[in-house]
Amino acid sequence: MTRRLLVAFAMAVAALLAAATVRAQVGFDRILRGDADMQDWLTYSGGLMGQRHSPLTQITPVNAKSLELQWVFQVRSLEKFEATPLVADGVMYTVQPPNDVIALDAATGRVFWVYPYIPSPLARLCCGRVNRGLAILDNTLYMATIDGHLLAIDAKTGGLVWNVTVSGARAEAGYSFTVAPLIVKDKVILGSAGGEYGIRGFLAAFDAKTGREAWRFNTIAAPGEKGGETWRNEAWKVGGGSVWVTGTYDRDLNLTYWGIGNPGPDWNGDVRPGDNLYSDSVVALDADTGQLKWHFQFTPHDVYDYDSVQVPVLADMPWQGTMRKVLLLANRNGIFYALDRTTGQFLLGKPFTKVTWNTGLDEKGRPQNMVPLTEEGVQVYPGVQGATNWYSPSFSPRTGLFYVSTWVDTYSTFMKRPVEYKEGQRYTGALPAMPIRLLTPGPAINRRRPEEGSGAIQAIDPKTGAKKWEYAMSDVVDAGVLTTASDVLFSGGREGYVFALDARTGAMLWKANVGGQASNGPMTYAVGGRQYVAFAAGNALFVYALRQ
Amino acid sequence: MSMRTSVLTFTALVLASSAWAQGHGYTPADIENGGQLYQANCTGCHGPDGDGVPGINLGSGKFRYGTTDDEIVKIILGGRPGTAMPPSNFSEGQAGTIVAYLRSLADSPATGPTLKGDARRGRSLFEGSKGECLACHSVGGIGGRAAPSLTEVGSSRRAIELQRALLEPSAEIRSDSRQVRVVTTQGATITGRLLNQDTYTLQLQQANGKLTLLDKTNLREITILKESPMPSYKDKLDAQEIADVIAYLRSLRGRP
Repeated sequence: MTRRLLVAFAMAVAALLAAATVRAQVGFDRILRGDADMQDWLTYSGGLMGQRHSPLTQITPVNAKSLELQWVFQVRSLEKFEATPLVADGVMYTVQPPNDVIALDAATGRVFWVYPYIPSPLARLCCGRVNRGLAILDNTLYMATIDGHLLAIDAKTGGLVWNVTVSGARAEAGYSFTVAPLIVKDKVILGSAGGEYGIRGFLAAFDAKTGREAWRFNTIAAPGEKGGETWRNEAWKVGGGSVWVTGTYDRDLNLTYWGIGNPGPDWNGDVRPGDNLYSDSVVALDADTGQLKWHFQFTPHDVYDYDSVQVPVLADMPWQGTMRKVLLLANRNGIFYALDRTTGQFLLGKPFTKVTWNTGLDEKGRPQNMVPLTEEGVQVYPGVQGATNWYSPSFSPRTGLFYVSTWVDTYSTFMKRPVEYKEGQRYTGALPAMPIRLLTPGPAINRRRPEEGSGAIQAIDPKTGAKKWEYAMSDVVDAGVLTTASDVLFSGGREGYVFALDARTGAMLWKANVGGQASNGPMTYAVGGRQYVAFAAGNALFVYALRQ
Repeated sequence: MSMRTSVLTFTALVLASSAWAQGHGYTPADIENGGQLYQANCTGCHGPDGDGVPGINLGSGKFRYGTTDDEIVKIILGGRPGTAMPPSNFSEGQAGTIVAYLRSLADSPATGPTLKGDARRGRSLFEGSKGECLACHSVGGIGGRAAPSLTEVGSSRRAIELQRALLEPSAEIRSDSRQVRVVTTQGATITGRLLNQDTYTLQLQQANGKLTLLDKTNLREITILKESPMPSYKDKLDAQEIADVIAYLRSLRGRP
């Protein structure tokens, strides 16, 4: 190579590096536009409506078979990899469990910087030292940690901007953050996990510049507060109501919607008579003040651990003749719900798998004749892991269908046992027994019997709750779903595959065995006119694009 | 079907039925999964009957350091500081199934044959023409490969399990020991032990030991067999001989 060529090459590389590293300016206007103009992926679900639907169309049902692995990023962790990456201007940001922030080149996977964070050993987590991702605003990334901190990190340098200890989020008492925060205007919104440790859950908003708390909504109502009448004794003080999956935002209504977790203790409701608001509910809060506008409780006085933290997906659609702003939520309790998101009015509720914990919903969506637990044990469908869980669903405005990863016809045996609160210790009751192994990142051996259930990606017509198609898998599934404007659906499963389906028919388009269990939803982005799709599976991130 | 297979399967059925009847509320699958975990991780110290550590009998239904399932789960997960009991990496659900299995032990008879067996005679029966066990099983690398190795069977199987397996090998097939028979679209029949499967493929081990992957799109039939290929020794061996074979199997604790 001649000296001139070398200089030219070096300049080109420098220009590329500069383009990749300097341009990360993500104003809230860009996040708001995310649903419509998505070369990037700027928030957990891709857009603030939570649809996990991308306008990118380069990958189609016709050419998806030409998808080819571009790069792999292997995390230095054996924990489940549940983070959805963000991509802004060609740079990907993700979290290596539990709380290391990493910036990579989104086209090649080469690492720009790592911000290491060692959480307190006092952190207590029910279900793994995991993190589901970051938020970004302007040049700053936000990460909530498993030991109760909120960090702001410079997206260009990986340097710490500020680190605040969130008030009351004491790690030793079981408060932890695993959620990817949500940016609304100039605020960072997040909530606390810890529903298995007797926390009193909350959602809080923080000033993005300073980290100062702007508002707080307690997800467990105290005496004297609205909803406080649904608790008795002192049970509300340790009533759970965790928040661990990112909510959504409606710009016109200025409301932010969040799903709330189970009441505590999980599997013995005797110590907490009443409906236990706002556990297992979706709450609609004023994004500026945190004031409750409305709530809808899916599972009153839950004794099955049916957290309702699933992403509350927002969509606008004709509903019985008029356009309506709806909120769609496929619940861990096995029922698909449609609500009016302006008022919280119940519109529809229909089981999407076998449900035996109630005999039906009344006209307001309240479940009837809930099955009580006994000391001997009672078998209930769906099981303790639910009919679905944290894995993101998707809604495609093109097909009008709602897509959800489903545990089909799975059950648990729930037993009522005495339980006593002790700070920092589990406050749950007897663990329900289930035949299905919990998610692990390693290789999957599937020897389950047919009567133990299976997995599927389901496409549901949200206007009727009817199943339009189902892609059946022999094992259960913990992978979320992504759809695109070219009607391609991406997902994965426990079996080690990631795959693409036709979003209209459910037909298999492409699959690849990456040898690890997928534990969150895919995302997609474009760099230099080329569309990429990223899957977290096992302990690595796998990124695909069409063969060139 | 191998002897080991039938040992596991029959035991799972009996234990599960018993526990169900006792009202613990565990399902057969819970107990089976817990039994697999126990046998793979706990028998090294606690032994297949749960009485391997002096003064502790996990199969009695009574535990020294706890009474509730939650308390036992905590010990399984966190260990017992100051003792040889280490913490584990099980999930709570997995630990719960181990408790289910231990509870089931108390509900089933702990002892096997009432007659005292002679391991040396049992070995002769095992290796000789009366048992012909080495035609399918191996011990210490010697023997057939159609059925699982029994080199370490004594460290993980209870006497009652071994007895039931010898007498009624087809009572139930454990999920990790099921025989599957497939017919390809070309009409070929393949039989083997089902090792794993996913939406698209089956992985099995044929009688000659060959590890085989089959694409489900090329299969016309997939049948999980309900009968074990292992014969019952109910009419082949008398009660003393059964006791002798069990004594020999119980002595197989791995390579020296």
